[in-house]
Amino acid sequence: MIPAPFEYFAPATIDEALGLLREHSDAKVLAGGQSLMPALRLRLAAPDTIVDLGKIDELRGVRDDGDVLVIGAMTPHSVVQASPAVNEHARLISLATATVGDPQIRHRGTFGGSLAHADPAADLPAVAVALDASFVIAGTQGRRTVSAADFFQGVFSTALGEDELLVEVRVPKYTGWGAHYEKFNRVAQAWSIVSVAAAVRLDGDSIAEARVALGNMGSTPVRATAVEEALVGRPATADAVREAAARAADGTSPVTDLNGDADYRRHLATVLTRRAVLAAAGTA
Amino acid sequence: MTRITVKVDGSSFTDEVEPRTLLVHYLREQLGKTGTVVGCDTGNCGSCTVHLDGRSIKSCSLLAVQADGHEVTTIEGLGSNGQLHPMQQAFHENHALQCGYCTPGMIMQSIDLLADNPDPSEDDVRLGIEGNLCRCTGYQNIVKAVRAAAAAGGAQ
Repeated sequence: MIPAPFEYFAPATIDEALGLLREHSDAKVLAGGQSLMPALRLRLAAPDTIVDLGKIDELRGVRDDGDVLVIGAMTPHSVVQASPAVNEHARLISLATATVGDPQIRHRGTFGGSLAHADPAADLPAVAVALDASFVIAGTQGRRTVSAADFFQGVFSTALGEDELLVEVRVPKYTGWGAHYEKFNRVAQAWSIVSVAAAVRLDGDSIAEARVALGNMGSTPVRATAVEEALVGRPATADAVREAAARAADGTSPVTDLNGDADYRRHLATVLTRRAVLAAAGTA
Repeated sequence: MTRITVKVDGSSFTDEVEPRTLLVHYLREQLGKTGTVVGCDTGNCGSCTVHLDGRSIKSCSLLAVQADGHEVTTIEGLGSNGQLHPMQQAFHENHALQCGYCTPGMIMQSIDLLADNPDPSEDDVRLGIEGNLCRCTGYQNIVKAVRAAAAAGGAQ
């Protein structure tokens, strides 16, 4: 199928894009389009207006800002994946990005687009929550910053207002931390049934700090704080990690769907958390 | 209608297109480049893969207007002077196709893969063509062809 007709704009600046969003109340923002295009073609979405961010150069690129890495919202996954700075300071992002879609999708799909889409089964939202990233949002009144935990509000729903844009994501540096992204799905390209993003800092043989977040265990990514607390101060051994990972599903309410029921997801969360934390500790 | 200028297989085209026109439909129906095919129409199968500014993309998941000012290479732009591209030659020699429908996309993606990794292992090839589905070959000969092209210096 082809999309329903729409009016198309390709602004060259963020301000121009914000103006268009204010003027057109039914406008949809087009980033890389790897989720939006299929939705348009299946006519799951039929907006009157499309505002394409593809010509706004200031939204692209990764830069170092002291203690923080700044990733422009329109930076393609393939660029994030290949970035030495991301690999050094936020390896969890490199690892998770390498599993998004397939190579063609990673050439077009963008870091910010994937986050703003807020699919509960997507890879990057849980990573952003695990790493305590901050989301910089531009509106006609200026800019505001929202934590990853507050950005994701529900299925396909975020803190972004209708006339606002996600412009960049600020990620604290986790230099020297071990990281691993573990997801479980049935076939290539399938969405995760459950995914786990883990980063740990070791002090000798024991875990000094841990960040663990779960994907698709609810309508938004879930930070597994019980696991993090249970890991701190413990040795990075199979037994200790297994014990901590047993709490991964505490307080979660995953959905039951054709890929698995809620109990299955809760069990999977503990298994994948154990694998992710052990693998992360192994690379620290 | 929106006016776009796109370089396709070395020639520049300026056309009026409806914004909702997919790049693959523009290539096939407006430019007559039917070498690029539409398979699944849902972004999964990869048979419509072309290069945009030298990187592989699925042309069913891009609007023609998004290609404005950019350069597209299709399967039709690969060979020169009657000579097959080394990747096409390797597919031919290794019997890497049966019905042939996935082949244009497989070849475009395989060339992209070698640009990143000139000497891929069997696993690297399988992962690199993850976004391209073949329902005939079982992939064995496709993987063989990509590695043969790499060995023959097909990365250029």
